[in-house]
Formats: sequence, C-alpha cells, structure tokens
Amino acid sequence: MTSTRRLQKELADLRSSDLKSFKDIQVDEANLLVWNGLIIPENPPYNKGAFRIEINFPAEYPFKPPKICFKTKIYHPNIDEKGQVCLPIISAENWKPATKTDQVIQALIALVNDPEPEHPLRADLAEEFQKDRKKFFKTAEDFTRKHSEKRPNE
Amino acid sequence: MDGESDDDSIFDNENVDSGNVSSDGDDFAMEIESNISKERQSEPEDYPFEVLTTDQIVQHMIDSIREVTAVVEIPGTIARILLNHFKWDKEKLMERYYDDDQDSFFREAHVINPFNKPINITKPKLKISGTEECEICFQFFQPNLMTGLKCGHKFCISCWGEYLTTKIMEEGLGQSIACAAHGCDILVDDVTVMNLVPDARVKLKYQHLITNSFVECNRLLRWCPSADCTYAIKVMHVESRPVVCKCGHIFCFECGENWHDPVQCRLLKKWMKKCADDSETSTWIAANTKECPKCNVTIEKDGGCNHMICKNQNCKHDFCWVCLGSWQPHGSSWYNCNRYDEDEARAARDAQEKMRFSLARYLHYYNRYMNHMQSLRFENKLYAAIKAKMEEMQQHNMSWIEVQFLKKAVDILCQCRQTLMYTYVFAYYLRKNNQSLIFEDNQRDLETATEKLSEYLERDITSENLADIKQKVQDKYRYCEKRRNVLLVHVHEGYEKDCWDYTE
Repeated sequence: MTSTRRLQKELADLRSSDLKSFKDIQVDEANLLVWNGLIIPENPPYNKGAFRIEINFPAEYPFKPPKICFKTKIYHPNIDEKGQVCLPIISAENWKPATKTDQVIQALIALVNDPEPEHPLRADLAEEFQKDRKKFFKTAEDFTRKHSEKRPNE
Repeated sequence: MDGESDDDSIFDNENVDSGNVSSDGDDFAMEIESNISKERQSEPEDYPFEVLTTDQIVQHMIDSIREVTAVVEIPGTIARILLNHFKWDKEKLMERYYDDDQDSFFREAHVINPFNKPINITKPKLKISGTEECEICFQFFQPNLMTGLKCGHKFCISCWGEYLTTKIMEEGLGQSIACAAHGCDILVDDVTVMNLVPDARVKLKYQHLITNSFVECNRLLRWCPSADCTYAIKVMHVESRPVVCKCGHIFCFECGENWHDPVQCRLLKKWMKKCADDSETSTWIAANTKECPKCNVTIEKDGGCNHMICKNQNCKHDFCWVCLGSWQPHGSSWYNCNRYDEDEARAARDAQEKMRFSLARYLHYYNRYMNHMQSLRFENKLYAAIKAKMEEMQQHNMSWIEVQFLKKAVDILCQCRQTLMYTYVFAYYLRKNNQSLIFEDNQRDLETATEKLSEYLERDITSENLADIKQKVQDKYRYCEKRRNVLLVHVHEGYEKDCWDYTE
C-alpha cells in the first residue's frame, strides 16, 4: 500500500529532522494513520505553552489530504471550539499528493503564530483580534496558561 | 483523436440534417404518438438553431480546436486548455494571444509556454544506480517509468494513475486537474490523462466531464433539459427564444425552462423559486443553502469560514456567505457582515407583516397557474382519447381529412393552456396601470374561450352531431388562436415600449 510505505518514511524523516516547533510525535506503529504531536508556537500569545494536535490520514493517503484537529483548547480566530482548523493546504481543492506532512505542519505552525482574521472560523475572535488586540492577547494568554500543555525542554 | 471514439460515424446521415429551423406552417404534422404539445412560434422572425448529438458535440469541439491550431501553431492539447480557459471563445483567445506577452498569456491559462525550450528539468532525485524517486510513493523507478508534464515534475506512472482517478471519480474534475506537485498549477492535458488512466470506466467519465464542460462553458450551446435526453442545442446568438429538441421537448434557450412566453426568464425564475420554497424539502434548501451570486448554483455551507469559493469549476467565485457580496472588500472589513443592524431588523419585521398580505395575493396567482399546469397534464390523456375517436370516425365513412380538426383543436388547447399558465406568473409581478388592465382583459378573454374549447372536446362527439360540433370546435379554436396571439403581441409591444411596471 502506498500510504504505509510513505507514512513510514515521512515519519522517520520528520523525527530525524527534529523540528523545534513540532515535538513529541507519537504514533501507534500498528496504526500509522493517526499521529499525535505537540505544536510549540514562537509568537505571543501562544509562546508560553504547547498544543497537542492529532493528524488523521485517510486510507487513500496521499491521494486524499490528512485532517488536523487540536486536542488542546486554544483561543485563536482560525481554530474553533471543537479544535477544527481551516488550513488551505489540506483542503480537497488544494491538496496535492506530493505535498509532505512536514509542509502541512509548517503551514499550521505559521497559521498559529500569525492568525489570519480574513478567513476566520470564529468571527467573534477575529473581530476582537482586529479591533482590540490588547484584550485579545490577554484572553489568549490566560487561555494558554489555563489549558495548554507544558513546553518540552528546549 | 485522443481516444474520442469513432471518427466517421459522426457524419452519419441521420444525425446531420439538423438545420432544423423550427417551422411555421405545416399545420398537419401527423404525429399523434408524441403527446407533447406542439408549440409553434408566434413570431415570424427566424431563430436558427441546430440539434447536436453527443458525437456532433465532440466533433464541434475538435473543430474549434482545429480552428485555433490552424492559426496559432500550438499542440491541440494545449489549444484545448486555452480554449477552456477562454470559455471556448476563439476570438478572445486569438486577440489575447497576439496582444499579450506570451509568457503571461500561457501562465494565466496554467500551461507551460510551448515555445520555450524544454529547460525545465528540475532536480530528478538520482539515487541508486540511475533510478529516480517518485515523490508520492517514495519508491525508486527506472527513468522510463517516471513521467510528467512540461513543468518538469515527474512521478511514477501508477501514482499518476491513482491521482487522476481520484480527481476524476471523486471530485468530478475534468479540465482543471493540476500537476500533482506541491504548489504547481500547470494543468494536465487530455492526452496525458487518457494515457495515464488505466481504467476504461474512468476514461469514459473523463470524456463525459470534458464534453459537459465544453457545453456548459459555451454560451451558444445548451443541453436539452428533458430527462435522459443527450442532445444539445446550438444557436448563433443567445436569446430568450423557443428551441425544439429532437426528443420533442420545447424550451427556452436562454434559461432552459419550458417555453414560457409571455413572461420573461428572470421573473419566471423568481416565480419558480418562490413556488418551490413552499414545499418541505425546499424549506430545508432555503434554510441551509444559498445560491452562488455569480453562477446561481445552489450551495450548502458545511462548516468552515464565511469565505466561500464556488465549487462550480467554471465559476469559482469568491464571496461572503453572510452578505453574498464579493469577498474582495471583506479582506479587512469582514465584520460588517456580523453586525446586528437595527434598521435592518426593523425592516425585517415590517417585511413579515407585509408577507401576510402578499401571501393571499400570491395564492391567487399560484392556484390559477397550477390549475393550468394540471389541466395541461390531463390534455395528454385527451390526445389519446381524441386519437381513438378519430380512428373510430374513419370507420364510419368519415374521411381522414374530415377528422383532423380534432387533433388541431387539442394542439391549440394545449398551447393556450401553456400560455395562460405563464400569464399568471407575468401578472403576479405586474403593477397596475392602463396597459395591465388591457392585459387582464386579454387574459380573461383567452381563458374563457380556452375553457369553452376544452368543454367541447370533452363532450361526447358522435358521428351524428359531427357536422354541428365540427363547426363549433373550429370556430372556437380559431378564436382561441387569435386571442392568444393578440395577448402575446400586446405583451411584446409592452416590452418594446417599456410600459410594464413590476411590483418587485
């Protein structure tokens, strides 16, 4: 199967490349289709914590895109209460089989670091982000402190 | 050409004589079998059109491509992508080709300029003894098993096949499949698709998608909307005029609905949406879907942000789900759409009260409209009854020609009912003025006469009372025909002189 071979290699590459903003990758070797990992943002208001995500690969991978879900609560205009995220690179229209998970994760980290209020999933947060940045940052920081995981030692 | 099946059967005689300009005159066309009401054009001017079979559509597509490649020396496969990009408008393609900078011209259509030297060989990952790695499955292949487009991105043949199959079968993409490389938007041409897709079923689907997109992109073509009909109509210019398909269906070329004189496409569309909104499912549709403000395709929002991109491959319009405005200005001021607007809320409440009054008015027109539609369905039964009657009469020393008036009477009855049906749509949106009063008189007159004619035809017609009833029926249908014409001419004059005011 294309997916097993490819996922094995992608996982190995990802682990060996040792990204500083994506760590603690956990995969059940019996089921390569579900990955877990920690997003470690650099920019405030998220730079005081780590956020766990789950990547779900479909059986048709890489001909169909993976899905990403936040397991840690996060106060972010592009990520909703259920942890869903609107990431263009993995939408069905934009997905390319030659796109690597590594590129997807980079795109996700970029989105977490720099919210895109033009394409909000949570319109209320996007409005706050644009009109009252201070308040937004404060709430987001509180949220991070309260809900996020501890950052692994850097 | 490119696996597009048969070459000569396209020129099969039976399909070719389609210079089928809908004819006036010829009143005694004897096909009682086809129980479709035969509409004859009331206007004298010609509206030339052709009925094309699927093969002829493909041929037409090939001809269009040849016309381009004859002038511009580019491969046919690229010409097809370019034509699709320009919605099959050859003139526009040529114009842009000669006016624009060639590189940007090709880039915009997502193809590599064929006049560029093929320098683009991007770093083929040469590894173990001259093999290349496929970036999709991460396996190593001999270079001859790797393939790609002019953009230089190569993948193994089986990954290509899998990728194209997914796009075609699951996403229904035809012309707009891009190279499988990350961030590359170069389009896959049809020859490549046909070569790389292994399954015949997928190839067939691909050909359907291509033909379909050709017809749908082409302003001068329209599929016959009747169920299971595979013909398309080709016209010289787009107009709201009746066209007759080979299957017998008569429809308006501009909107694809049944021919709806005297009401115009725009109002008919509004009307039908309104009528549909009453039914159960359409309540759901109204609550959960909106129409793309550009191409009117119905869209369901299934999550995600308010930035909508129409999935119709020929449209791809960007708009805001909340206000249906173009997305462009939302970049920084998206929140205007989420604002609770007091004035708007008050307006909404007022509107609701008005609704109650307008509902009664709507039902008045709706009931009459539906009544004619129902009757029209029954008249198809009448055709059968009349046919039997005519045969019976011919057994009783009646000549064939003597009984033809009956069929003609049913023809006219159906035409009148259809016209009347649409007059109620027209009337619903009409604001009262002097001309609208005349229109209503005409409508009433035609309706009374039509009901009389219907009554005569349903009455027992026997050979004894035939002479008497024949005179009556003929007088009545001539009268109906005349009144129908008067009504239509009056409405058309009103369009020309711009004397209709609408309530919307």
